[in-house]
Amino acid sequence: MEAVLITIAVLASLGLTAAFILYFVSQKFKVYEDPKIGEVEEVLPGANCGGCGFAGCHAMAEALAKADDISGLVCPVGGSAVMSQVATILGKSVAESAPKVAVVRCAGCTVGESANRQKTLDYDGAKSCAIASTHFAGDTACSYGCLGLGDCVKVCQFNAIKVNEATGLAEVDEAKCVACGACAKACPKQIIEIRYKGRVVKDVARRVWVSCVNKDKGAVAMKACKASCIGCGKCAKVCKFEAITVENNVAHIDMEKCKACGLCMNECPKNAIVATFPAPPKPAPKPAAVEATGTAIPKPAEQPKPVEVPVQADKQQ
Amino acid sequence: MLKTFKIGGIHPEENKLSAGSALKQFQLPADIKEVKIPVAQHIGAPAQPVVAVGDDVKVGQVIAQAGGFVSANIHSPFSGKVKKIEATTGDDGKPAMMITIAIEGDEWVETIDRSTGIKREITLSAEEIVKKIGEMGIVGMGGARFPAQVKLAVKPGQAQALIINGVECEPYLTADHRLMLEKSEEVLIGIKILMKAIGVTEAYIGIENNKKDAIELLTKLSAGYPGIKVQPLKMKYPQGGEKQLIDACIGRQVASGALPISVGAVVQNVGTAFAVYEAVQKNKPLIERVVCVTGKPLQNPSNFWARIGTPVKALIEAAGGMPEDCAKVIGGGPMMGRAFATLDVPIHKGSSGILLMNNQESKRGEIANCIRCAKCVSVCPMGLEPFLLSKVSAKQLWDMAEENHIADCIECGSCSFTCPSNRPLLDYIRRGKSTVMGIMRARAAAAKAAAEAAEAKKN
Amino acid sequence: MNNLTIAPSPHVHSSDSVKRNMYLVVAALLPALIASVYYFGLGALSVVVTSIVSCVLIEFLIQKFVLKVPTTITDGSAAVTGLILSFNLPAGLPLWIVVVGALVAIGIGKMTFGGLGQNIANPAILGRVFLLVSFPAQMTTWPVPQGADGATGATPLGLLKEGGVGALANIPTSDLLFGNIGGSLGEISALLLIIGGIILLVTRVITWHIPVSILATVAIFAGLMWGVDPTQYADPLFHILTGGMLLGAIFMATDYVTSPMSHSGMIVYGVGIGLITMLIRTFGAYPEGMSFAILIMNIVTPLINTYCKPKRFGEVVKK
Repeated sequence: MEAVLITIAVLASLGLTAAFILYFVSQKFKVYEDPKIGEVEEVLPGANCGGCGFAGCHAMAEALAKADDISGLVCPVGGSAVMSQVATILGKSVAESAPKVAVVRCAGCTVGESANRQKTLDYDGAKSCAIASTHFAGDTACSYGCLGLGDCVKVCQFNAIKVNEATGLAEVDEAKCVACGACAKACPKQIIEIRYKGRVVKDVARRVWVSCVNKDKGAVAMKACKASCIGCGKCAKVCKFEAITVENNVAHIDMEKCKACGLCMNECPKNAIVATFPAPPKPAPKPAAVEATGTAIPKPAEQPKPVEVPVQADKQQ
Repeated sequence: MLKTFKIGGIHPEENKLSAGSALKQFQLPADIKEVKIPVAQHIGAPAQPVVAVGDDVKVGQVIAQAGGFVSANIHSPFSGKVKKIEATTGDDGKPAMMITIAIEGDEWVETIDRSTGIKREITLSAEEIVKKIGEMGIVGMGGARFPAQVKLAVKPGQAQALIINGVECEPYLTADHRLMLEKSEEVLIGIKILMKAIGVTEAYIGIENNKKDAIELLTKLSAGYPGIKVQPLKMKYPQGGEKQLIDACIGRQVASGALPISVGAVVQNVGTAFAVYEAVQKNKPLIERVVCVTGKPLQNPSNFWARIGTPVKALIEAAGGMPEDCAKVIGGGPMMGRAFATLDVPIHKGSSGILLMNNQESKRGEIANCIRCAKCVSVCPMGLEPFLLSKVSAKQLWDMAEENHIADCIECGSCSFTCPSNRPLLDYIRRGKSTVMGIMRARAAAAKAAAEAAEAKKN
Repeated sequence: MNNLTIAPSPHVHSSDSVKRNMYLVVAALLPALIASVYYFGLGALSVVVTSIVSCVLIEFLIQKFVLKVPTTITDGSAAVTGLILSFNLPAGLPLWIVVVGALVAIGIGKMTFGGLGQNIANPAILGRVFLLVSFPAQMTTWPVPQGADGATGATPLGLLKEGGVGALANIPTSDLLFGNIGGSLGEISALLLIIGGIILLVTRVITWHIPVSILATVAIFAGLMWGVDPTQYADPLFHILTGGMLLGAIFMATDYVTSPMSHSGMIVYGVGIGLITMLIRTFGAYPEGMSFAILIMNIVTPLINTYCKPKRFGEVVKK
């Protein structure tokens, strides 16, 4: 019995002494930190992805608490919901930002009979786009397209991008993507772009983009890939909002101006413009128009086919 | 006595299939009507074209001028009309600027001495020699293609020894070997010229022991050239590496980040020595070279004298044609050469070899876990830790890569060659190295700018 | 014609492979196994076979059903672990204990860390040490060479611990060389282990650094002690030829995964093993300390790797 008491006494006094030491040490070495930083960090997603440009969520919280005007700081992961919470905590105002998503600007499927790009080389090196791209232009005739070795997959912390084995292309899962931009930075071919998710109509976030970055001249691009942009400019002509520009033989849709009407999709002779929604019904083609354009136009059977984008299937959940 | 370098090294299979094949002058087939001449045939700034489309050019005429300090002139290897000056596909499939010439006849620039006799007397002074070498567009012919005049522009007394690289440690290649055997006198005179240019009295020709005939012949002939010594070397790859060769020949190690001249050495290839002979004695610019076309699937592995701009395909055709089972074509040797992405390209000043391989030989094995066997550490000729560098490069830990001296890597490939787990060590290290070198250069530039700004403020 | 292949250099590879190294280790251990079967009979063989089979099987099962990764049992590393584990066990050990040892070696020592190349400590030694502390009686029941069924004796190091140098008087060095002594089944024949070591050195599976630094340290340490008092301490040759010293120095300490990467590191590691072994043998409670020494130095290896870097080119003083 006595032994038990002594044990208890010894342990209790040991505990007390330790508690005192810890208390004084924590007082002595206390670092003052704005309590708001902690609060802000609490509402941030905590993924430490670096998408905001800071080293992690804590660094972002510090910057937010310090800045007078936080409209320039955006957490791409949390989006406006999180930013408005942050604004409330800090008593500052924040601009409403539309949610964004990564899109892969290449539709040059390399696998199977119906591949858009035929393989011209077999790559046999380390599985990394960055390494492969320093050694050759690409394993198909297109030197701009997706290499499919998955550097974007490796950097994505949200498991939102993967290389589809059926197409050999990187694909974004819209439901998981937080638009942190890590993949866009990692891609040596610079084919990943962060764009607005788009207005949601009937559960579909409507957005449309040119899924090609091939800067070769039309004739070369035409040969390289069935789905390449040849820079013909027909899409730019048809756009009612002046959202499309053609530069260096490749079209680009300005996401600020685009209303996602889809008119350009019908116009594209190469089906290089893709969207998350089906193309609008096409007016009956005037035969004269076909002859007028010098560039080859695909067979009528291919033409009106709406382009299915893989992300469509993923987000109906 | 056989010497060699001290750290690491490997012994790949030699496969010198074309060693017995005498140099043959390559005649461009009549059906080839035009050739493409790249303007970037050297390390450094690309040359600037000085001809226009439609101009007539003669063999040996300058068609592009050095575009900077580290750059080299390009001379037309063929006579004819300039047809195009535009970017077309290069060796790696990426766009490369080339001058296309439609061949007409074979008219040479008059100043070139085309006689066959050997001219022994060196009449030019040291400065004139260096200038001449620059004018004639000579670059390192071993494959690195560093403009020769830049290396030769040393301060008086700085250089103590000239080291001539006749090692040819890359498996398969025999270009330098044949050159040493068949143009020995010219090579020796070229070495004499180089010695005069940099003001040294000693020169060593490093030759690996697998070329006994070349060692014998050059040793005999060099008796007539005081100061030139043939140094037989033990076979070991990468003995042809500049730093390794200096270590092997004169036992001095160039410090990390330093140039060979810091230990008083200047290294040139035997091919370069021959080109220097032709440039200085015969006034002939660098418009042709020895190309070794070889490989196990090839019918007749051969060594050709071919003009720059000769299509790779034509050379393969002349060596027996493209074999059915050829899976890979490499420009250079199997250890450091670059695989061609397309064969519709011309040879350039550094094309020491065209190597064909079948799938069985070139296909990489399945990658397994690193078993930490440390064989990559043992073989690394720079005394680095390839397993670590490869890992930190893959993880993009650039600071750690720099701390572990990734910038010292000479990309010889000994680590990848030896790895029992078939890990692509060098693939990752090469990427890490280029990134780290970029970071280091940016930092140096920033520091320089900051120092200049501080200086400006002071004044 | 097919598509051309493109890959970064180098475009050729040596014939070296993980398999080659592993199976050469197995081959190098075979001579010692023959001695063991000769002296201990089929009891030795059954332990060896049980150990190898259970190691390979356990690795296969874990990879297939627990980790769900491609199996790598054909690379020979599990077989080597099994073989080395059995070499550290007494012949005639109940087979179920062998299986427990294999389970600890592969299951805990190797697969928990992520398989080949990831483990911190040598799996075979981990298994052996686990058995030694869990089943001390069975693990130190040494059958007598060519003895009758059930006859047991002591190992030379056991004799030394119990009876001092005097107890060693009737063990001729030739018995130590050929293996006519008690001990765990793979350690008895010094000569055949040395032959195995030569095989590994010639085929470049191992380098000389680790074995030589271990043996040199042991020789110097034992030599000093012996020089001070030959009546109390055994001579260096005895220490080198007994108690799994050669087995450990040539086959276990040289395990790729758990030994340092640079030559200087290997020497530090070898000296450490030699010292710890001799300290345990001379002053510790156990008669033999090789396994513990290797285990301790395995744990220190990452630290050695951090501080012992290979000599870089150009680091030496210019002449």
